[in-house]
Amino acid sequence: MSDTTQTATETATETTVELTYREAMREALHEALADDDRVFIMGEDVADYGGTYAVTKGLHEEFGRDRVRNTPLSESGFVGAGIGAALGGMRPIVEIMTVNFSLLALDQLVNTAATLLHMSGGQLDVPLVVRTTTGAGRQLAAQHSHSLEGWFAHVPGLKVVAPATPADARWMLPTALADPNPVIIFEHTGLYNERGPVDPAAGPADLDRAVVRRAGDHLTIVAWAGMLPKALTAADQLAESGISAEVIDLRSLRPIDLPTLATSVRRTNRALVLDEGWRTGGLNAEVAAAITEACFWTLDAPVARLASLEVPIPYARHLETAAIPQVDDIVTAARSLVGDADA
Amino acid sequence: MTTDHELQRRLLADMIRIRVFEERCAELYAESKIRGFLHLYIGEEAVASGVMSCLQPQDAVLATYREHGHALLRGVPAESIMSEMFGKATGCSGGRGGSMHLFDQEKRFYGGNAIVGGHLPLAVGLGLADRMLGREDVVTACFFGEGAMAEGEFHEAMNLAALWSVPVLFCCENNRYAMGTSLQSSESQIDLALKAASYSIPAWSVDGMDVMEVHRATQKALGAIRGGGGPMFIEFQTYRFRAHSMFDPDLYRDPDEVERWKQRDPITTFAGRLVADGVVDDDAVEAMWQAARDETESAVIAAEAAPIESVDTLLDHVIRVAVPAAEDPGDRTGSPSSEHEEPEHGTSADETAEDRAAADEAAEDELDEVWP
Repeated sequence: MSDTTQTATETATETTVELTYREAMREALHEALADDDRVFIMGEDVADYGGTYAVTKGLHEEFGRDRVRNTPLSESGFVGAGIGAALGGMRPIVEIMTVNFSLLALDQLVNTAATLLHMSGGQLDVPLVVRTTTGAGRQLAAQHSHSLEGWFAHVPGLKVVAPATPADARWMLPTALADPNPVIIFEHTGLYNERGPVDPAAGPADLDRAVVRRAGDHLTIVAWAGMLPKALTAADQLAESGISAEVIDLRSLRPIDLPTLATSVRRTNRALVLDEGWRTGGLNAEVAAAITEACFWTLDAPVARLASLEVPIPYARHLETAAIPQVDDIVTAARSLVGDADA
Repeated sequence: MTTDHELQRRLLADMIRIRVFEERCAELYAESKIRGFLHLYIGEEAVASGVMSCLQPQDAVLATYREHGHALLRGVPAESIMSEMFGKATGCSGGRGGSMHLFDQEKRFYGGNAIVGGHLPLAVGLGLADRMLGREDVVTACFFGEGAMAEGEFHEAMNLAALWSVPVLFCCENNRYAMGTSLQSSESQIDLALKAASYSIPAWSVDGMDVMEVHRATQKALGAIRGGGGPMFIEFQTYRFRAHSMFDPDLYRDPDEVERWKQRDPITTFAGRLVADGVVDDDAVEAMWQAARDETESAVIAAEAAPIESVDTLLDHVIRVAVPAAEDPGDRTGSPSSEHEEPEHGTSADETAEDRAAADEAAEDELDEVWP
């Protein structure tokens, strides 16, 4: 039985408050700006507009336009400027509106941020934090809805995290800022209005550990970002028919916390990996392979995967819904995995 | 005029240092001592020499993959550069970078960048950091070829630099060919200063074969930038006498054109002028060549003798291990607080190995049953 059913940051205490994911992230940004003069935020419409998803709303009024800095539409330029500012002693937090737009900055992130420490023989740290959104579910169609976090998780030299709870949205940022490496934080657009407990005194959260969000015995469901709430809802439904699902929030997409996954799967002997990204070459494939390698002899069934269909995310609600894994799909896949397809 | 003469002698010696070093690199490449891509700066020495002579220790420098000379004049030791090209442990990038990725943090030499145009936004960021931290007398000098001006990152960087008024000197080394593509076939507007000026950045063009012209233009620009004038752009018109890299058969240039530019060799023309003006005599010039040969040969000997990196260190410098914030409340924002680095493993390989061992152990009985 795992002893990590909750992160330290989500253990309820007297001071715990209920915040939305958006409020939690804003509080983290506020604290970062207040605590360290070297921290500044830059990105498209982060000041007056308040950020596309209203995460940075109001911060420029308190901290000024130098430190909550609007940029023109030039992702490669301002991400590169963030890298340069990090080299120059600042602690930039760069907001990229969506992961789709981050592709315009892929050169800076992959060719520069991820390589400088190594290419310079260990001389140059890039303490850069990039925040961007990922995921579908808001009818934003194929250029605003993709889940490409797995691409970044492929790259040595980057750290990649995906907070799925308000507590992680609140407490992953200070850890990311304290890290001398480039850290990319993927915020799922569907989570901003989700509420959850946040302990204001919890302190920085781990960036490299998966967390068991729900304990169970019959199978392990691995999820991250927007798939986590769906996995937990599915686990509730499965419980009604007597299937006990353990749900693990991967949280850290690079590095992957294989020990936590393997500990769980060796006990449940079954694993279902969820991914809002595509199946082919997806992060789900890496997770499934890693579990298989580590747990092959204790598995009772092949590791199963449930990912988005191989299609650009469409606009129409019913089509979008059909393209990405839903709670019913998870329930069905879980039942099939435990040999209970008819239940 | 003693000061002027000293400067002229120094500039001549600097250009000669680059020339000798580069020619030796070409030989070492032919001997397979240096591998990978090797881009030589021969012909363009006046640009780096003129600009670098104006920079101060607090300034930052970013350059391209044709940067041996810039590194040398920035004070990166010749043996450190040569060792890097030999792929040795004592190289300035520990053998990870090679010819295209020379770095020296202490000298504020930020590469050695081989994505054309990719380092221009970094220069903006370095300048932004200087501005935000109130370092008023610091300038970032960013070298790039004219080929970079067709990249989107050039335009994004110009726009940001002007909007934020960052203290950056953009030094365009226009050698007229982006690899094998001529300026005329890669730019709709070949007046490069005009392109930069369209971003409201003061911009002008100078003769990059005349080291004094380069020096004077740079001094003027740096004075304005240090005085809070924001970014500036200078196009240095120059020419590379060798091919793009050692792989390049140089099929795209008219040999007559190359010959014409060689008549304007920045070293021989400048040396001739200084001798004619009585600033140096032939012996003094020869002494400069000899000093450069000595420096380069010492570097080669040191590089030959240097140890290679142990393969055990292969995964070093991928991720720097941070001191956990929780254990270090005094420095939550963590400057590079730990010198300790360890290899990153995508799936925690060490723990994985342990886990696999445990799994294998647990499954051993099962195995015995399955396999005779």
